[in-house]
Amino acid sequence: MQAAKGSVHKFGDNVDTDVIIPARYLNSSDPKELATHCMEDIDKEFVQKVKEGDIIVATKNFGCGSSREHAPIAIKAAGVSCVIAETFARIFYRNAINIGLPIIECKEASEKIAAGDVVSVNFDTGVITDETTGESFEGQAFPPFMQKIIDSEGLVNYINNSN
Amino acid sequence: MGMTMTQKILAKHAGLASVKAGQLIEADLDLVLGNDITSPVAIHEISKMKKEGVFHKDKIALVMDHFVPNKDIKSAEHVKEVREFACKNCISNFYDVGEMGIEHALLPEKGLVVAGDAVIGADSHTCTYGALGAFSTGVGSTDMAAGMATGKAWFKVPSAIKFNITGKPAAFISGKDVILHIIGMIGVDGALYQSMEFVGDGIQYLSMDDRFAIANMAIEAGGKNGIFPVDDLTRAYMEEHSDKEPVEFVADDDAEYTAEYTIDLSQLRPTVSFPHLPENTHTVDESSRIQIDQVVIGSCTNGRLSDLAVAAQILKDKKVKKGVRVIVIPATQKIYLDAMEKGYLKTFIEAGAIVSTPTCGPCLGGYMGILAAGERCVSTTNRNFVGRMGHVDSEVYLASPAVAAASALTGFITDPADVVSPSDVAGPWND
Repeated sequence: MQAAKGSVHKFGDNVDTDVIIPARYLNSSDPKELATHCMEDIDKEFVQKVKEGDIIVATKNFGCGSSREHAPIAIKAAGVSCVIAETFARIFYRNAINIGLPIIECKEASEKIAAGDVVSVNFDTGVITDETTGESFEGQAFPPFMQKIIDSEGLVNYINNSN
Repeated sequence: MGMTMTQKILAKHAGLASVKAGQLIEADLDLVLGNDITSPVAIHEISKMKKEGVFHKDKIALVMDHFVPNKDIKSAEHVKEVREFACKNCISNFYDVGEMGIEHALLPEKGLVVAGDAVIGADSHTCTYGALGAFSTGVGSTDMAAGMATGKAWFKVPSAIKFNITGKPAAFISGKDVILHIIGMIGVDGALYQSMEFVGDGIQYLSMDDRFAIANMAIEAGGKNGIFPVDDLTRAYMEEHSDKEPVEFVADDDAEYTAEYTIDLSQLRPTVSFPHLPENTHTVDESSRIQIDQVVIGSCTNGRLSDLAVAAQILKDKKVKKGVRVIVIPATQKIYLDAMEKGYLKTFIEAGAIVSTPTCGPCLGGYMGILAAGERCVSTTNRNFVGRMGHVDSEVYLASPAVAAASALTGFITDPADVVSPSDVAGPWND
């Protein structure tokens, strides 16, 4: 699996799916359109600031709330290459894996990495490196079953390949 | 080591004698659910699959409830897409305008879920059916697509937290107060990845509608599911609504729980979640004189007949405070009709409230009651995140139907006991 590398956008606890993609935009399911409203209700400038490959770092319970898959779809389509958090809400966690948005849990990284730092993530080892400070963190690597779904770039391909 | 109720249901559906927390399993599904927001994304995903068609035309439910009657052209296009998919695949449980209701009120009412079932739904509040002793959990659209195609889903077997419910409810204490109290106690990630298993002799005083409201909001504590044991009330409900054969599971005596809490219903006070997280709870006594602009009584949490009954008894022969917009939304067509026959709708309209057809609309800031900057709403819905019901600078206070109705009369967050005697409102506190 490829590694991610990019500069960091930092968020706090309980970033919910309503602020990731407000329901007023759920009359669309087009990833490109959803991406234009990504994080709008928590950071109005996010879509202007975010660059291809950038990384979101948040603390506890990222993606809580609604089951809308539009949330990880919007983040992925906005160009974000990985989300690092101390914990993820469980439906967001499943959805991210299922659509092929890399995510990784790491308490220490979520606390120590600062906004604007350049960070790289090795998904095979779970090692997260803050290249700005030189510090490395041990993230939670995926169990092999989930790794296979991610390697297939999502659940649909995984099912297609296994039948 | 014994198994929890949830673990037993999952083991059965995975064809295993036993499972343990943390184990990855593949389980057979009894029902796969989607709505008008999540189904279009699932339909795009299923179109990419090599496998043609769906696993079982009677084990899929597609409920058009979030933005219907269509609020705009894009919503209409989405519903049209789902309608065509349902038609092409002969989906028997497709519910469009005229038959639809809010999904988590509709499915139990239609008898589509019974005890022992394993259900996934592309809606986070799918955990509602735990009230019936079923395992049910919210997933996203891709899981829904895979479920529709294969009839299976993967799960990590959850550990569990036990909530021992004791005592008889104090005046105006409903299922909503119980679950808000619990979320306030353990936090919005207090049950992350876990089951919330409710047990205890206090459950006998909780109506099915109360239990639906409690299980419904398990997700607001991060829970994978919330589940109740099956008792005579559950059996009577299932017998009345369903032809399906329930299977009752009971947790082993030596089942393992990561934590245990006791909630004494006689000691609870009406509870309100302040902005902007459901865990930000206060008793109604700590909420006085918070001025409001709108009241919403409805949703998959509290749009059932007994919710409307409590609100109607409080609003009977009274007028809502001038300047407060009061929106009542019966959750299904049947609830709407029953509320009409019992005179509740007349009471609401005479009091100055409006009554909408079933919709999720305002709960998620879709339509039918969007808030402007600076406005506040007391709502019987389930989330009060930033911007949830409209402008990012608006505020939602979550409460029971009794608190919402009382607040509608005064224009500020109000203890129901301040506007009506508990003896004038039917409830377990009078039995």
